[in-house]
Amino acid sequence: MEAKPRLLTVLDYITAALFLIAVGLVFLYAPLEAVMGNVQRVFYFHVAAGWVGMLSFLVAAIAGVAYLLRGNRKWDTVGLSAVEIGIVFAFINIVTGSIWARPIWNTWWTWDPRLTTATVMELIYIAYLMLRQGIEDPDRRARFGAVYAIVGFLSVPLTFYSARLFRTIHPVVIGTNDPNAQGQFNMTPKMLQTFMFSLLTFTFIFADLLWHRIRVGRLSEKVEQVRLKTLQ
Amino acid sequence: MIEVHRLVKRFGLKTVLRGLDFQVAQGEFVALLGPNGAGKTTFLRILASLSRPSLGEVRIAGYRLPEQAVAVRRRLGVVSHLPLLYGDLTAEENLHFYGRMYGVPGLEKRVAEVLELVGLSARRRDLVRTFSRGMQQRLAIGRAVLHDPEVVLFDEPHTGLDQDACTMLDAVLKEVAARGRTVVMTSHDLARAADLASRFDVLSRGQIRGSVRRGEIQPDELLGFYRQALAQD
Amino acid sequence: MIPVADQRALEVGERQAVRENQLAGFLRALSAVVWKDLSAELRSRELLSAMVVFALLVILVFNFALDLDPATRRQSNITSGVLWVIFTFAGTLGLNRSMAVEKDRGCIDGLLLAPVDRSAIYFGKVLANLIFMLVVEAIVLPVYSLLYNVNLFQAGLLLVTLLGSIGYVAVGTLLATMAVHARTRDVLLPILLFPVVLPVVLSAVKGSTGFLDGLPLNEIRPWLNLLGAYDIIFLAVAFMVFDYVVEE
Repeated sequence: MEAKPRLLTVLDYITAALFLIAVGLVFLYAPLEAVMGNVQRVFYFHVAAGWVGMLSFLVAAIAGVAYLLRGNRKWDTVGLSAVEIGIVFAFINIVTGSIWARPIWNTWWTWDPRLTTATVMELIYIAYLMLRQGIEDPDRRARFGAVYAIVGFLSVPLTFYSARLFRTIHPVVIGTNDPNAQGQFNMTPKMLQTFMFSLLTFTFIFADLLWHRIRVGRLSEKVEQVRLKTLQ
Repeated sequence: MIEVHRLVKRFGLKTVLRGLDFQVAQGEFVALLGPNGAGKTTFLRILASLSRPSLGEVRIAGYRLPEQAVAVRRRLGVVSHLPLLYGDLTAEENLHFYGRMYGVPGLEKRVAEVLELVGLSARRRDLVRTFSRGMQQRLAIGRAVLHDPEVVLFDEPHTGLDQDACTMLDAVLKEVAARGRTVVMTSHDLARAADLASRFDVLSRGQIRGSVRRGEIQPDELLGFYRQALAQD
Repeated sequence: MIPVADQRALEVGERQAVRENQLAGFLRALSAVVWKDLSAELRSRELLSAMVVFALLVILVFNFALDLDPATRRQSNITSGVLWVIFTFAGTLGLNRSMAVEKDRGCIDGLLLAPVDRSAIYFGKVLANLIFMLVVEAIVLPVYSLLYNVNLFQAGLLLVTLLGSIGYVAVGTLLATMAVHARTRDVLLPILLFPVVLPVVLSAVKGSTGFLDGLPLNEIRPWLNLLGAYDIIFLAVAFMVFDYVVEE
């Protein structure tokens, strides 16, 4: 059996440390937002989780292309791992978005572009897993997964764009002059630092989880191989 | 005409064909025998260009699979145990459709010829879903030879047919083989295979375990040969 | 012996002939697939009758589920919305059946055995499915017009419906080809299709609403552009990926 790579253990420690620091920054370092109060702190994790959700999709799509072109099963494992992580973080994104929305806009849900796109992404992820689950042949399963990841990934920007042609009440934090956008706030330097650090932390979390999950995938394939050998 | 070297086929982590070697000269009629799960259908699908080899070399009429699959398909006719026919179309319409897919010249005439060959001229305007299994199988053979292929593959063509239908089918099979075509047929039915084929190969656990020509053994020795080939490790 | 210069000309000519042959073969196979689907359907009418009856039933259900007064009912956004819900769901029925026919009798193998480019099969199927969807729409639109006293026969609205249907069928055919292999095939296609086809439905509804409201073309154009872009992108992607979906 493969031993756990040293680098992975180091990554684990770094990620854990980053996370602790990030939490500290969010609750202690970042200033209290004037209008929204403490609930605004959710923002740091909300956006970071959304970022990881999108990053996962990108990785899954790239892995899909790589699998179709090369036929190497390891790309299939990468794609599946990315989707599984994406499902979790997209969900965190949606839930934290809801938590943030309730006190501010007095509603648990709005059909604005970003939230809509996040939900659609989550649904595509789930559909991906359901597709895989229904296919017996492992090679076909990998091929179909790759194709759907690519198709899904390409549809997301179009969904976002089409949802954005509708009006939005989602806070557009990163600079816009849209007068209809309510709930805006400007970020002070301390907030910006906390924000960037959260993004960094979550990226590390993504990489760490992805590596672990790929390892699990490879090990389970090894187990399957050994099992088949003993049967024959 | 058919050359297979060290063919390996894996489905995920499971290996079904393990380094299979197989050669067929032009005009031979090879009966491919073997137990269920031996990989006969998998092998035939690879020869039919419907499935890709995992490793190894496959050549038909000099063209490599899967790279030159289109060239191979032009020269290939396949009959599987599913009829590959459209129930809501007539026999004639089915043949017309496939004729157009294959770009068969002089289609009208050719369709009439083929219907005559398989003995279904009288039923040309009937919907395929009203056909018995035997008739569907015969029409399927018609579909397979419509474009006059050099190589014809049959996957257990006698499945589900009664005695009369089998006899009719054999007549058509012999006719098809008579034109100098190369035929590979998988079968469970040793007696029928003995009647039709010029060579018998045994496929078991992913490899060819034995091969014998028609003249080399007596028909009643075929079963013994088959059992012996399977018993080898 | 043919002089060298003539030889090269011959090769060019031959290559040209081969290219033309390939295109001719491609179109021939494509039209054969379309003709086959239409003929079979004309004879059995199973698919179309299922889609049309389903669509009419959905109109019925909506009538009572959304119990609106006539004025509200005739609002453009309600009309567009209901229409596209109908098309979306009836469309899935058609797609499922169309691919199931190929899979169940092994006919897909028959198609794959033909010495033609796989994409001819894909485009043939897309065209046939599109025709089925357009036929259903051609029946639903007049019925809806009569029932609710709205004029749905405007060029703009018909254009939007066409563009939307193309996008829907382009992705739907690809996904249906995959879904048909799964055990849960009937339920799986909508699950796979709807999240991905959302931009089409959204744009088609907004575009239709725009035309019904008589908005200036400038305001509707973004939706038309989006539909056009979606259609082109996904036809291209499906064309590239279809081989991988049908191979083994």
